[in-house]
Parts: sequence; C-alpha cells; structure tokens
Amino acid sequence: MLGPNGAGKTTTVEICEGFHRPDSGSVRVLGLDPIGDAPSLRPRVGVMLQAGGCYPGARTLEMLQLLAAHAAHPLDPRELLERLGLTKVARSTYRRLSGGEKQRLSLGLAVIGRPELVFLDEPTAGLDVQGRRDTWQLITDLRASGVTVVLTTHAMDEAERLADSVVIINGGRLVAAGSPAELTASGAQNQLTFRARPGLNLGSLLSVVPAEVSAVETAPGEYLVRGTIDPRLLAATTAWCADNGVMAEDLRVQQRSLEDVFVELTTGVTP
Amino acid sequence: MTTLPAPTPLYTPAPGAAPWHRMLLAQTLIELKLTLRRGESVLLTLIIPVGLLVFFTKVKLLSNEQLGGRPIDFVTPGVLALAVLSTAFTGQAIATGFERSYGVLKRLGASPLPRGLLLLGKTFGVLAVEVLQIVVLVAVAYALGWHPHGNPLTVLLLLVVGTAAFSALGLLMAGTLRAEATLAAANGVYLVFLLLGGIVFPLTRLPGALQGFAKVLPGTALSTGLRRVLEAGAGMPWGDLGLLALWAVIAGVLAARTFRWE
Repeated sequence: MLGPNGAGKTTTVEICEGFHRPDSGSVRVLGLDPIGDAPSLRPRVGVMLQAGGCYPGARTLEMLQLLAAHAAHPLDPRELLERLGLTKVARSTYRRLSGGEKQRLSLGLAVIGRPELVFLDEPTAGLDVQGRRDTWQLITDLRASGVTVVLTTHAMDEAERLADSVVIINGGRLVAAGSPAELTASGAQNQLTFRARPGLNLGSLLSVVPAEVSAVETAPGEYLVRGTIDPRLLAATTAWCADNGVMAEDLRVQQRSLEDVFVELTTGVTP
Repeated sequence: MTTLPAPTPLYTPAPGAAPWHRMLLAQTLIELKLTLRRGESVLLTLIIPVGLLVFFTKVKLLSNEQLGGRPIDFVTPGVLALAVLSTAFTGQAIATGFERSYGVLKRLGASPLPRGLLLLGKTFGVLAVEVLQIVVLVAVAYALGWHPHGNPLTVLLLLVVGTAAFSALGLLMAGTLRAEATLAAANGVYLVFLLLGGIVFPLTRLPGALQGFAKVLPGTALSTGLRRVLEAGAGMPWGDLGLLALWAVIAGVLAARTFRWE
C-alpha cells in the first residue's frame, strides 16, 4: 500500500488489524470481521506496528519468547533472533536498542507465531542499507513460504521490488490498483527525454508527430516527449532535431517509473 | 540493483493460539520479572515499607497509650496495608500507564492473548510480588518482636479484597490519564494514604474533619481491618471488608467502562 504521509495507510491497516472500527463500510480479513471475529482471526494474523509495542524493560529474547508463548506452533525464538541479526543484543533491554534493532525486533514479533497473513507498517522506515536489505530478504522469504504480506511504504523501489500488487491511496481514497507493471504501463505509456539548448519551439515538433503526443520543456534545456513511443515517433523527433540544427544529448526512451505514477496520482501534477 | 539470495520458505504458516494456561504463565512471569527489574518499584514495594516498619518501631514518636498497644503490633498491620497499596495500586498504575503510552497494550491486543488473560496475568504478577513483600515484612516484624493474633484466613481475605480494590483504582487511573499524569497522581495518592490511612499513627491524631474523610478511604479500611484482626484478635471485620468490596466494585466497573488500550 503506497501513499504520501497522512494518506491513511496506517489507519487502513489498523482497521484491518481490528484496532479501529470503520466510520462507514465494512472490512473482512480472511473472510472474517477484524473486531467481531477477533478471537479466531488474531492467531492467523501477524502485526508489526509502526512504532513501539514493547516493554521498555524487557530483553530482546524475552519479548520474542512472550509472543512465542501466545502461539500454538511458534518459530524458535533463538533461531529467529539469529536470522534477524539480533543475537548480539539478545539480553539487551528494548530501551537500549538502536532504532534499526527495534524495527527488526518488531518485525520478528509479527512473524514468530507463524501467521498466514502479516501486516507490516513501514517496516523499513529509518533503516540503514543493510537493515533494509535484510528486511527485504525476510519479506521475500515470507512470500516464498506462502505468507500473504500487506506492506505499507512510501518507498517506490520497495513496492516495485516486493509487491505482486500495489494499491495507491491518497486522502483516504484508493486512487489506483494493479501490479507494478500494470500501473507503470497505464495511461501515457512511455516517454522520451533529451537535453538540448533551452527555449526550443516545440510547436513545430508537435506538427510533425501524431496528435496524441505531447512535448514539454520540463526544465531549461530538458525536454520530455510523451505518447506511444514507437520507432516512427523516435525517427520523427530526431529528424525534427536535424532540421532545426538541434544537437540532442542524452536521448532516452523510458518507461514510466512507479514514482512517476505515484507523483502524478497523489499530486495531480504530471512529471 | 543489488540481488538478494534466493528466497527460502522458513516461515511456512502454522497459525493457532497457544493453550490459555501457557499464555497466562508467560504473562505472569513477564509482569513479575519487569516489576522486580525496576529499581524504583523495588524501592516502593520493599525498601520503603521495611524502612517504615523498622523506623516507627524503633523511634518512639507516640507512647504505647497513644498507639493503643506496642509500636510493632500497631505498625505491622499498617505497613502490610501499605505494601498492598504500593504494589496493586501505585506500581501497577504507573507500569500500566506507561505500557499504554508505549503501545505495549495495543501490541499485545493484536496477539492471540485475550484481554482478560492479559489482566489476569497482571493480577497474578501483583499477587506474586505481594507474597514476596509479605514474607519479607512478616520476617522483619517477627525479628522486631511482633506477636500477631487472629485467623490467618481472615487476614488473607482482607488482603485479597484490598488488592482487588487497589488494582481496580490503579487500572482506572492508568486507563484514562496520560502516563505522566498517572505517575504523578499515583505517587500523590500513595503519600495521602501514608499520612491519612492510619499506617504509622492512629486516625485519632488527625483533626476531626480530616478523620471523617480518611475513614472512607480504601487504604484506611484495609489498615484498620488488618489491625483489628492482627492486633486485637477480632473476627471478620465486616465493615472494613464491605467498604473495600464497595471500592473494588465501583472502581472495577468504572475501569472496565473507561479503560483505553492505546
């Protein structure tokens, strides 16, 4: 689930986790009501809160053992600790852990009960490169194990890399849904960018390309052509450059990134 | 883009809740461990009561006539009541208030642990600490020459109902106020009770108006009830027990209605 800060990602997830009652509408998780059916739903669902959730005075291993004691067939707490890279701080109290270590422990608490569905609320927020990598590894391992992962993030690369399906929300509303490939392929499919001297008359370019193609100078000397970029359009653009004595540098054909889609959908501005 | 190692299926789902007694045992043990690990709670639950017991036995601020008996026989029941208050009310209110603000109660609420078991685990944790306190205080009191009277079962019932009343009051406070406000208020109430609860000097030493107020406090009911049994060898002090039970029911109902888990 992608969305800018304040879009309602945490609220949505916390309604699914049964922490809040929806103001309107209804929610079903694994076919069950998160509040009414909580006793049968909770053992099947793992939860990682965005922050906190641990006794400050409890040791890392103790927290994992506590949550393991709630599950019928938990993972081995020491093995999980090793996999999370927390063995060195097994006996440290939660309040002495670094931010990254707290995040990893919180992730461990979500999976120790061997749930079939986990909600991870911004699991990589504030992590260093290694921490992010380890978390991604754990998430791909969860997927490979057949666990459904609901992940909130505002990191595009994370969504692009880990998600089978992405929903983008903004202002509490769903604005797009689909696989990363579908989302980046939707709308204006491809784009062509190049650099040249500033202030070119793009009107003359538009007269030699199909009508649905648009062209803008996004920054002085930076040009963006959007439309269905096929060999014919590429040839027309370079021919126009030759006719106008324009030396096009750094000419590229690109697919839109998820980030472009995201910015467009959440700000209404086409990048 | 860096590549990750091939994914491995280490997390094959096997959902299910543990049997209730395993959850309850784990919750009780963590509550007990955390309480004993906090220096300030050991100070509050053991060092201060033992210190008061020794100080008011050895330093004769009031005569035996003013106390209505020997200092040790007067002070021990009061300090036992204070021990229960410090653990069931002050300690529990502060710990629970902070657990709420740190999101611990929220986190545990999303696990298979039912809320009832969470509260029962807290109660058992409190009772375990109380057993420890009572053992230490009784041993010190005996060493100081204490001669208790009365039926131990009567004493036990008073302690249990007193624990229920103080726990309910503590959870009422922790479930509604901010953690910082709970911290201040719980310590304030502890002090009020120490001064007005008939712990180390008789209520009759207080000015008349204050005496009336002090008499309806649960702490006073517990210390007075314990003293009637342990010092005078009386039977069940129904009035004091009834007052404690009333506090337990009122505070319990209010706490159940108002408690916010996050």
